[in-house]
Amino acid sequence: MAAVAHPVSAEEAPRSQGVWGAAWTRLKTDRVGVVSLAVVAAFLLLILLSAVGLVAGGWQLEKGVPYAHPSFLGERENVEAQATDLAGPKGPPVDISDIDPLAPKYDEWNRRAREIQVSSPPRTETLLFGGDRWGRDVLAKAVKGAQMSIFVGVFAAVVATFIGTLLGAVGGYVGGRVGDFLEWLYNVFTSVPDILLIFAFAAVFGRGISTVVLILGLVGWTGMYRQVRAEYIKHHSREYVRAAQAIGASHLSRMFVHILPNISHVVLVRMSLLVVGFIKAEVILSFLGLGVPIELVSWGTMLAEAQTELVIGKWWQLAAATLFMAVFLTAFSLLTDALRDALDPKLR
Amino acid sequence: MSNLVSVRDLRVSFRLGKRRVVEAVRGIGFEVPENATVALVGESGSGKSVSAMSIVRLLPDNAIVDAASRIEFGGADLLTAPVETLRRIRGKDITVVFQEPMSSLNPVFTVGFQIGEVLRLHLGLSPKQASDRVVELLTEVGIPEPKARVDAYPHELSGGQQQRVMIAMAIACEPKLLIADEPTTALDVTVQRQILELIAKLQDKHRMSVLFISHDLGVVGEIADHVVVMREGKVRESGPVASIFADPRDTYTKALLACRPRLDVKPKRLPVIDDFMAGGAGQPIAVAETRVARPQEARPLIEAKGLSKIYRLKTGLFARKSIPAVQEASFSLWRGRTLGVVGESGSGKTTIGMLLMRLVEATTGEVTFDGADLLKLSDAQMMAYRRRIQIIFQNPYASLNPRFTVGQILTEPMKIHRIGASDDERFDRAAQLARRVGLPADCIQKYPHEFSGGQRQRIAIARCLSMQPEVLICDESVSALDVSVQATVLNLLLDLQEEFSMSYLFISHDLAVVKYMADDMLVMHDGAIVERGSAEAIYDAPQHEYTKRLLRSIPTGYRPANP
Repeated sequence: MAAVAHPVSAEEAPRSQGVWGAAWTRLKTDRVGVVSLAVVAAFLLLILLSAVGLVAGGWQLEKGVPYAHPSFLGERENVEAQATDLAGPKGPPVDISDIDPLAPKYDEWNRRAREIQVSSPPRTETLLFGGDRWGRDVLAKAVKGAQMSIFVGVFAAVVATFIGTLLGAVGGYVGGRVGDFLEWLYNVFTSVPDILLIFAFAAVFGRGISTVVLILGLVGWTGMYRQVRAEYIKHHSREYVRAAQAIGASHLSRMFVHILPNISHVVLVRMSLLVVGFIKAEVILSFLGLGVPIELVSWGTMLAEAQTELVIGKWWQLAAATLFMAVFLTAFSLLTDALRDALDPKLR
Repeated sequence: MSNLVSVRDLRVSFRLGKRRVVEAVRGIGFEVPENATVALVGESGSGKSVSAMSIVRLLPDNAIVDAASRIEFGGADLLTAPVETLRRIRGKDITVVFQEPMSSLNPVFTVGFQIGEVLRLHLGLSPKQASDRVVELLTEVGIPEPKARVDAYPHELSGGQQQRVMIAMAIACEPKLLIADEPTTALDVTVQRQILELIAKLQDKHRMSVLFISHDLGVVGEIADHVVVMREGKVRESGPVASIFADPRDTYTKALLACRPRLDVKPKRLPVIDDFMAGGAGQPIAVAETRVARPQEARPLIEAKGLSKIYRLKTGLFARKSIPAVQEASFSLWRGRTLGVVGESGSGKTTIGMLLMRLVEATTGEVTFDGADLLKLSDAQMMAYRRRIQIIFQNPYASLNPRFTVGQILTEPMKIHRIGASDDERFDRAAQLARRVGLPADCIQKYPHEFSGGQRQRIAIARCLSMQPEVLICDESVSALDVSVQATVLNLLLDLQEEFSMSYLFISHDLAVVKYMADDMLVMHDGAIVERGSAEAIYDAPQHEYTKRLLRSIPTGYRPANP
């Protein structure tokens, strides 16, 4: 066997695949994984462009008439838009100038008002994917909403992962009384229904994006903690950790330099699942009015608005938000699945 | 004597990934005669298990069997037989005993149920008839109190008893062929002896054929009538056991027979496969020179007194049960000499190594090393001593961090102990060490999974050497390696001992290896040292009853019948 090793190693010398390299090779062979990766990457590019203002920068502009129809439905009559146009009083004006003390000034005011240029941008009858109550472009809102929702989802997942991994590592590695205390903490957190916990935190912290991130992070670390703790318990007695102890590596080094890279695939997959969960949670929070502030837009606030619109048959805002969310979350979940397959270390 | 099974031109390959196909078996042929034991011998990767499993078509899904291959059994070709036929044959005419009895029995069913299943399935016995037959079978395979054991779950039995249950299941339908895939590899020597005797007895009694797969020529020589030696998917040599052992033709067979440490001689170096293969003609290299142990110095390097480790288990609210892993062990380790520790699983030999390293804290006792009691040092004080005592673990696949490159693995201990002034210097030293232990020059940038088992063990040895230790604990360090690789690693260890005058604590269950390596020896049984002395004295004239039993159990290899 040793005889064969030499020519092979000389040939393969330049490419020494690390664990991540091998995972990437495996991921590339997974068709579903590659497609979902492409979709997720496209979304990330989109929110990057929207964050720097190249796309959907003017989502707040009231470009269309209220409830502008999507262009593919353009022919239909937009009753609500006409209703706002004809908002003025009907019937012949009644002359009350003899009893109105301000009557002499009307002429002057009208003249001065005409001097001020009022540029009311022309409102279009239809928008690409329709407009909302104020005539804002639903498509631009959905893109901007994606930026907000994904931002919140990812950052909350990072917070939860950080807390969960740290506590899990300590709980699994140190064990003993410290481990018992962390288990107790975990039990307290999991014994309260998540939504109640979220309400409680939301009531204390007030409203804002950072609050949403913090709330989701504080509520969502428990699953990560459990899994990381289990992995640490498993790896703690592995021979390579013993070997590290034998050469005199410190506890911190063993915990984070030796064990953590070996369980990082578990953390990564779990974190991807958290992102999916948190995006959904953000939507629910915003729908309930506990999420992102009113002046911003997220998929959740869009859905909340859609609730009233749906009654009068304006379905496109709901459709846009749902479509974006469904495509992104499905792609992300499939990517997570593919990642789990690719990262599964079958390397002996 | 006609042939029960004949394998002709068998080729099996495995599909790995989209375009990669690896050939595991490359056109082999052999026969299993009726009422005979045929052994397939080879090292890992030789294709011996794949060949045997092809007979019952128990191959993984990615296996591709070449269309021209044929395996004839009872007039039919098993490779093309319909699945229903095969299902009737499996478990009835051809049965299999696997290596790991612990994982081949289903833990949630009683052993009686599992044996009975075969009987109900193939012979159509009623539950009552089946359970009567199960008791008979358990009696036959030598399980004590078979009536009570019928309702036992697998975890309630010892490893040897579990393997007996597997054998009972295999012989339940009076098969024509029993395939035994390394049936004793996971067992202790004394248990191995019993299982081998049982298989031989049953083979004779039921007049069945046995296809015995093993890597251990010693075992094969005892049990087989015919031997097939395989290497890299090809048959190197096959023939009656007497001719294979007494007059091997093939260089590889000769090498395999030679590189196993023997009990009667103690050469300076073990012959290795490469010597033979490179020599071509198959000339045994002169290894006649006997190795001489370094004389004992005035004072031992390490002296352990009354070392004990007792685990306390909670058995109730206040009840505690003490389980002694090591009791009152006292021994001395001398500079430049090797202390061998032998014993079976659960004898506490590994714990002794762990106690010296303080990877496990001792309950009582003292260990004097260079004037200091190791067990009383604080963690900070211990750091200085850590460097001087190092350990090589059993499993080279588990003891290296898979996410580190070899360079990182070798430089980490130097960083911790501040050996070398800069990273560059440390990497230079690491490269030197890698060369010294016989690794290819470009290994520094690679990851452990790119190396074979023997090479990984060399990496582990190099990691220890990076700290220039005075004492090296080898905890079953060569047990997971193939025989030929084992010889090269043992030679390396001996060279290093001479070069750096290190002391070894050599822990192993393999009596032949310990005999070869050790100058002094301890025999452990149930946590206690039952016998101590020089290696020669113990092997020549064992005093304790347990040592005698242990030595009797060593597979002797082929012994020609008395003339």
